[in-house]
Amino acid sequence: MESAVRLRAAVTLLGRFPALAGVNLDITPGEIVLLKGPNGAGKTTLLRLCAGLCTLSTGQGWVLGHDLSSERRMVRRRVALLGHRTGLYDDLTVTENVAFWARAAGAGRQDVDEALERLSLTGRLADTRVGRLSAGQRRRASIASLVVRRPELWLLDEPHAGLDQQTRDTVDTLVRGAAAAGATVVLATHELERIAVLEPRVVSVVGGMVRSDDPTDSQGPNASSDAEDDRRVS
Amino acid sequence: MFRDAWLIAGKDLRIEMRSRVGLNQIVPFAVTVLVLFAFALDTDQEALRTYAPGLFWVTVLLAALLAIGRSFAVDLADGAADRLLLSGIDPIAVFGGKAAAIAVQLVVLEVLLGAGVVLLFDVTVHRYGLLVCAGLAAAAGVATAGTLYGALVAGLGVRETLLPVLLLPVVAPVLIGATRAFQDAFGVAGAEGWAWLGLLAGFAAIYGVFGALSYGALLEEA
Repeated sequence: MESAVRLRAAVTLLGRFPALAGVNLDITPGEIVLLKGPNGAGKTTLLRLCAGLCTLSTGQGWVLGHDLSSERRMVRRRVALLGHRTGLYDDLTVTENVAFWARAAGAGRQDVDEALERLSLTGRLADTRVGRLSAGQRRRASIASLVVRRPELWLLDEPHAGLDQQTRDTVDTLVRGAAAAGATVVLATHELERIAVLEPRVVSVVGGMVRSDDPTDSQGPNASSDAEDDRRVS
Repeated sequence: MFRDAWLIAGKDLRIEMRSRVGLNQIVPFAVTVLVLFAFALDTDQEALRTYAPGLFWVTVLLAALLAIGRSFAVDLADGAADRLLLSGIDPIAVFGGKAAAIAVQLVVLEVLLGAGVVLLFDVTVHRYGLLVCAGLAAAAGVATAGTLYGALVAGLGVRETLLPVLLLPVVAPVLIGATRAFQDAFGVAGAEGWAWLGLLAGFAAIYGVFGALSYGALLEEA
């Protein structure tokens, strides 16, 4: 079976700094993969590389069968990345934002309504400008604008950040639903206990490298790696 | 591709209408510049009339810098620029849409400033056709070149100060051509207005094609 993500000795330089320093990783379609590791370990860069937003400095990589060196535009059309920023326009309403990204992806009005319903962004909230929403509501709107794209690969960077309990449950349901529908989900989070219920494969990222790729790995998110990471940065 | 360009242009124009930055900040800025020119030259009404076309286009270019900068700032504010890359929209459509939205804003600005020039500088329009065509062609030229250079500096921390340094020399032909065409339209000089209109149209066409072809690479670097 073709890998959803396949990286071989992948190096990504941010300036002169090797944010990824030779990553080898295989993710099969339909998997839920948790990237864990300390701050600055390279999790976000790894997600952005898989989204086609970072370039491979050396090494090789394929996402959904497309070469990360030569076919990044094809990759981007098939993935969704929830990053630290929302990707929304403050002066447009929630509905207008979601509809804009839906139309950009070729989705229709019905997809927009479904996404708003799933993220509980209905009623007055739907017609509120994004700039007037709370951080949690903005996050929900951002997720809704990704849901309408029906991506084959979800890349989620701290997907629960800033969300209340109910919306966290909604996100977990979305992740399960996406995986059940055959999509692959790769997420980076420090909330390991919460993610454990999704039974993900755990991949430890330390110092820009995948250090352990073991389903039974129960190492904590910061265990023994912060000092190593600090040494590497210095 | 046209559907996507329309989508981008509609989004940008809707944001501008909602935020009212154009109406509340860019237009007042442009009117203020025009009034300052009038104050500086008000003892010589003939000089005001003679130099009105040049003063008008200098004011339009200064205000255009604000509009172009803002067009990219809204995409960069909360990560929408990355989302645009991930959306799969053809970069040519993004370029066309953004340039079209900027051009529409410039045309509106030209209409408002044109009324200001007629009132403040006491000029009379002799050739309306030339005036309209030159205004549209110049707006298209500034918008296409501005979109290209706006994308070039978008990813830089110094984009607000670098954009004028890079763009103003590039659009000098637009300033010259549009000023000559307006001089002819206002009847203040014997310039060959329609010939200068050709220069404006050529500039817009060249930057339109060049921008469309290179925009994808610029977005990657932004």
